Amino acid sequence: MSLFSEYRLLLRPKALSTRRRGAGEKGRLGRVALVVGIGAAAWPLIYVAIYRLLRSLRLVEEVGPLLAAKLLALGLLVFLGILLLSNLIAALSSFFLSRDLPALRAAPVDWLALYTARLTETLVSSSWMVVLMLLPILAAYERVYHGGPVFLVVALGAIVPFLIIPAAVGSAITLVLVRLFPARRSKDILGIIAVGAVGLLVLLLRLLRPERLVNPEAYRNLVDFLAALRGPSSPWLPSQWGADALTGYLQTAFDPFFLALLWTTAGATVVLGAALHRRLYPACFSRAQEGNENRMRRHAGWRWLERLLRRASLQRQELILKDVRIFFRDTTQWSQLIILAVLIVVYIYNIRVLPLRSGEMITRYLIALVVFLNLALSGFVLAAIAARFVFPALSLEGRTLWLLGSSPVKPGAILGAKYWVGAVPLTFLALVLTVVTNLFLGVQAGLFALSLVSVVGLSLAFTGQALAWGVYYPEFETENAAQIPTSIGGLLFMLGAVASLSAVLAGQIWVLREYLASGLPGRVPRDPYLSEIVLALTLTLGLCLVAGFPPYRAAVRRLGRLGR
Amino acid sequence: MIVLESLTKRYGEFTAVDGVDLVIERGQIFGLLGPNGAGKTTTLRMIAGILQPDSGRVLMGGHDIDSSPIEAKRIMGFVPDRPFVYDKLTGAELLRFAAGLHGMTGEEVERRIDELLDLWELSPWKDQLVESYSHGMRQKLIISSALIHRPRVLVVDEPMVGLDPRSAWLLKDLLRSFVDQGGTALISTHTLELAESLCDGLAVIDRGRIAASGTMADLRRQAATQEAGLEEIFLKITRGATDWEIARVLEG
Repeated sequence: MSLFSEYRLLLRPKALSTRRRGAGEKGRLGRVALVVGIGAAAWPLIYVAIYRLLRSLRLVEEVGPLLAAKLLALGLLVFLGILLLSNLIAALSSFFLSRDLPALRAAPVDWLALYTARLTETLVSSSWMVVLMLLPILAAYERVYHGGPVFLVVALGAIVPFLIIPAAVGSAITLVLVRLFPARRSKDILGIIAVGAVGLLVLLLRLLRPERLVNPEAYRNLVDFLAALRGPSSPWLPSQWGADALTGYLQTAFDPFFLALLWTTAGATVVLGAALHRRLYPACFSRAQEGNENRMRRHAGWRWLERLLRRASLQRQELILKDVRIFFRDTTQWSQLIILAVLIVVYIYNIRVLPLRSGEMITRYLIALVVFLNLALSGFVLAAIAARFVFPALSLEGRTLWLLGSSPVKPGAILGAKYWVGAVPLTFLALVLTVVTNLFLGVQAGLFALSLVSVVGLSLAFTGQALAWGVYYPEFETENAAQIPTSIGGLLFMLGAVASLSAVLAGQIWVLREYLASGLPGRVPRDPYLSEIVLALTLTLGLCLVAGFPPYRAAVRRLGRLGR
Repeated sequence: MIVLESLTKRYGEFTAVDGVDLVIERGQIFGLLGPNGAGKTTTLRMIAGILQPDSGRVLMGGHDIDSSPIEAKRIMGFVPDRPFVYDKLTGAELLRFAAGLHGMTGEEVERRIDELLDLWELSPWKDQLVESYSHGMRQKLIISSALIHRPRVLVVDEPMVGLDPRSAWLLKDLLRSFVDQGGTALISTHTLELAESLCDGLAVIDRGRIAASGTMADLRRQAATQEAGLEEIFLKITRGATDWEIARVLEG
């Protein structure tokens, strides 16, 4: 059999499984229609937002096109980071954890066919969402700069190698890390190191304060500022090459140099990755199969938790303890807490360095707006955390669900335990985030209380929603917990959560519109009235209740019918 | 003790279990036999309350598993065909968890855990994560979890898979003692020797339907072979491969 036939054969089972996933299930058509509908609604929104931004930038002579190019480079840089991280995680699954690997390793399969097939799987599973996000962005660039059909070819030529490079690099890093940390624990250590490294990178990037680049006041004169804008911000990264290839074609003339750079680098990373795979993979795979001999002791933390739960029913105690134990022992689960911690530090730092109190920029109106923006961003962070840690809760039961199914436990008790395991840390985090940032902002007492109640309400609502989507779209077969939120159910949860957050924010802004307007220039500034705050609080709590409780109830009913 | 009434389960167009009626008396080891894909595991999973039937019902000690699941499950222990358990719990933690689900806690549970782990010679691995257990060790741990709450009914899917000869002998002995003390065991198996030597009653399921049921003597009568062993009866009832078909497969 030729190498290519073998490669296609190896990809076939996964391709068929993906195509047939959910086939024959009740309501599949409805779910597909829902996903297509939401996608059809989200794309135009992204497209219109980018299109309008680019149109307004185009009106600014000299600086406008430079900023548009910079924007694309920055966007691609963010995507590159996301791709590298998700490829690291996906490579761990496709090269080391997949259940079909022992059979494939035992079969007379060519090593190169296996490498390329698994690399393709890694690439597809970690890149599809980025590609979906890129489509409306690139379409907006095409429209504003009249790219024409040739732009499609240039974009394809730039994006394909842009996806290949992080896939090959991520797979190679995974391989090296498994080589460095022998035995099954490597799987655990790998997760922490990979995430820790990316976290550190994000933190470093943030502390460099790149926003100074777009702040002309930080430069001595306009010439310096323009020079800084013209220069590439990261000349050694494929994201910059991709942006240069695309904006070069759109704004000046097509220069094949950057496409050549992308393709040769992609080719080189695949060749080097293959060589590394040939040399290291057999030993690494063998080591990854070895057992973990760690003997568990009863830690003081567990005893503390057991005491804390003493007043709950015995079933609830055991269900909660089981979930917490498994969470902390499974590093593929909690290692992402590191990146989460970094993101939170970066977020709080961003609030800290906001130029709200510098010179003439201080206005009450601006601070009030930042409070809402802060709520929006905190809400989004909480939704993302719920997607990562609460949404997979039922899916992770997976093949062990028989034990709960055959035990005298009500579905409400199972989901109730999972609800509190998710809701308590999420609410705690929400409170810390809001209190610290509001203290930095020096927020007025009424607004402070409103934002506290909002984040608590949203945390509780997001937990209910995440559990509900997780029950309706379980991913029992996914081997890696970090991949579960990237499923359709995860996407739907995020969209639902963002919709709830938007409703809460819109309601609050509507109630407080008079107060906000009082901060505008020429008006008499005032604090919000107690009646306004009470109304906003009531509305917020009502919306959170509606957003969280019915989905949770529906999930309990659905769990009871899971065997049908 | 276990009553199945017109039990039916369909997966889309395919009917996995088709109107199964069965009564299993108290104090029996009852064997469910059948070729691969006959519907044994689906039937057992419906009896355990994991799958819900499309029609028909399961009564466990008089409790309907669909309308009174808690009461029915309280008296039952279930052992699935594949030993998937929480890898990141230790053996003792898993048993403590299973006991908790049945409302048991305290010293009695700890004594029971030690008793069961000693029986299966798993005590040295008591505080090891389950991820380091072999297939057979997991199987023994799951059998222990099914016994932790002293059930009155045991439902076991393929009990001997992965067990070493000593453990298999131990399980047979355990099942016999269990029914001698008034328990009821329902097991599904392909191992005809096991079924013949262990079971008081048998049912052969084929393409989702009960093809024959009763004691060995009843099965012989239904298969119209007076002296045959269970293997011959099984092949006759389930229309097993002929010599000619086997020869054709093995031909170069």
